[in-house]
Amino acid sequence: MLNINNLHVKLEEEDKPILKGVNLSVEAGSVHAIMGPNGSGKSTMSYVLSGRDGYAVTEGTATLDGADLLAMEPEERAAAGLFLAFQYPVEIPGVGNMTFLRTALNAQRKARGKPEVSAGEFLKLVREKAKSLQIDAEMLKRPVNVGFSGGEKKRNEILQMAVLEPRMCVLDETDSGLDVDAMRLVADGVNALRDAGRSFLVITHYQRLLDHIRPDVVHIMADGRIITSGGPELALEVEKNGYADLLAEVA
Amino acid sequence: MAAGQSNLAARAQTTDARLAGMTLPRGAFTRNARREALQRFTKMGVPMRRDEYWRWSDPAAFVTVSPGAAAAFRVDMPIFSDREKLRLIFTDGVFDAENSDDPTLAGVEIARLSEADEADIHWAKPYYGALEAAGHVPVARPLAALNTAAAREGVLIRVTGKADRPVHISYRQASETSDVTLHHCIRLEEGAELTLLETGTPGARANVVMEVDVAENARFHHIRPQGRALERSLLTHLFTRLAGGALFKSFTLTANGRLTRNEAVIDIAGDGATAHIAGATLGDGADGDFHHDDMVFITHDAVGCESRQVFKKVLKNGAQGVFQGKILVKPGAQKTDGYQISQALLLDDDSQFLAKPELEIYADDVICSHGSTTGAIDETALFYLRSRGIPREDATALLIVSFLADAIAEIEDEVLAADVVARLESWLARRKK
Ligand SMILES: Nc1ncnc2c1ncn2[C@@H]1O[C@H](COP(=O)(O)OP(=O)(O)OP(=O)(O)O)[C@@H](O)[C@H]1O
Ligand SMILES: [Mg+2]
Repeated sequence: MLNINNLHVKLEEEDKPILKGVNLSVEAGSVHAIMGPNGSGKSTMSYVLSGRDGYAVTEGTATLDGADLLAMEPEERAAAGLFLAFQYPVEIPGVGNMTFLRTALNAQRKARGKPEVSAGEFLKLVREKAKSLQIDAEMLKRPVNVGFSGGEKKRNEILQMAVLEPRMCVLDETDSGLDVDAMRLVADGVNALRDAGRSFLVITHYQRLLDHIRPDVVHIMADGRIITSGGPELALEVEKNGYADLLAEVA
Repeated sequence: MAAGQSNLAARAQTTDARLAGMTLPRGAFTRNARREALQRFTKMGVPMRRDEYWRWSDPAAFVTVSPGAAAAFRVDMPIFSDREKLRLIFTDGVFDAENSDDPTLAGVEIARLSEADEADIHWAKPYYGALEAAGHVPVARPLAALNTAAAREGVLIRVTGKADRPVHISYRQASETSDVTLHHCIRLEEGAELTLLETGTPGARANVVMEVDVAENARFHHIRPQGRALERSLLTHLFTRLAGGALFKSFTLTANGRLTRNEAVIDIAGDGATAHIAGATLGDGADGDFHHDDMVFITHDAVGCESRQVFKKVLKNGAQGVFQGKILVKPGAQKTDGYQISQALLLDDDSQFLAKPELEIYADDVICSHGSTTGAIDETALFYLRSRGIPREDATALLIVSFLADAIAEIEDEVLAADVVARLESWLARRKK
């Protein structure tokens, strides 16, 4: 599904390398987790995959089902099935949550040559998904993320994911800032979407989320590279001992 | 000194030339008002570029004897066409009786200036030109005085009850060289209520004055989408006076137009009155020159009143926006709540926004704030929208509508507000690359 090969990225404005040869491949239907110290490049990788400005790819490739992601506009990547749940979801005053979601859904359907969903169908769809994430109707009426608490913003990201049904979901620290119950809601939301044709790349600092969303593979990123990969036990080791031993091993 | 004298001579000469090209109506009940207005105009002289409040907009287009040619806009779908209203149509400043509605509306008296002004006695006699005459603060507005002296046509509306549908003054431009002068005079009696829609392009060049006198506890709503003709030059003056407990809300949408100057003079004279004035502007220099100037002067001269100015401009391809807004709080106008915001969203580096916000406060127990910002599209928000699959142009349009939302929120009627949003969305859709 997702293949990242020897990806090197630097800041566009300055000569600061951030990703220094990332290799990663996520098979269809699997859940991969990425852990790693602050500043190691996890968010940068998620932004580069989804097409944010400000970064320059100096070497390497990233493909989604063989299609060159790096050559596409952000909206084309979304239409191709990529979704990023932001570490810091963005507030957009003046644009209603429902308008935003419906515009997004219909834009993606249009790009895939499918008919738009009607206002009625859409309302039904969103209500159903919102209910399972315990997002109330009042929140849906508000402008995108404006006045939402940290946890509400994260749940709103998962709602968008549930409505848009992407095939490759990248979750950047969706668990941080969530209380125990909200974490379970988010995990349930993710698990409900697990499917043979859908993959997840879950960036997290904590083992707790991975108790709920069982990953198939855990990667450790440090200083712009995946330094080691393993099964769920790797996350437990990080939780217990931190990164020092793992970093020492590769040094 | 020599320069000063030659400036003076130039102003006098241009003023004379402007008048020489016109024949002024004699008027009946308006006769005195017109005579005094002519005297005011002659004394003030035409505005010139060096006048403080014309520094950023060239008044020449309004001062020349005849207007430049301006192509008319092909009207596809007029705004508010699905709404119940009483429509009064002016084509190139001439009343179109055939296509207008029968002007009977419960609680509202409607007359045309041209017809009413054959009589010496009329309810509008104390109102015609009165607010204009009082409105030369803090600066002279000579072209409004000229309008009072010269206007032959316009509507006189007296509201005694709650109008059950809006009155709609609908302008159409047919001729490429029409030079239009219209003077509307509106009086809301105690407790009365009216929504006035004012739409379309009055002419190739137009000078429109509207005087609105709002009595105790009366409510006036004004929604003004200014037409989409690209080449026209438009000068408007809105003069209003509010008595105790009165409400005045005016919203203007300007998309297109070579030159627009909207002046508003609001005198809050009675305790507990509320005045809101808002503007949303969309200018694209790729369609031709676009220069848009809002100039607002609000006087608080009573206790416990609220005023709010919300002006938003979206400018691209060399479009120019100007905002000059002043709040004056007179001695004794305690518990005043005055708010003013002017903001521009510049879609490129070629466009420009100039703002001059002013506060002058002579009372100590007041809350007044003003702010002005100029910014570009928020790249983070744009990326967020695009990452959800919304193409760049649509995402930009969403952010533009969101930028204008605070101004549109000043329209109280949600259905009419939705029509305004639809209008600006179609404007944006037409400009997608
Ligand atoms: N636009 C930018 N300008 C300057 N530095 C940047 C920029 N983007 C990323 N960086 C730097 O690149 C490095 C990687 O940042 P990134 O946000 O990808 O880390 P992360 O692994 O997501 O960290 P965290 O766990 O704290 O979220 C950091 O040193 C960060 O300061
Ligand atoms: Mg991060």
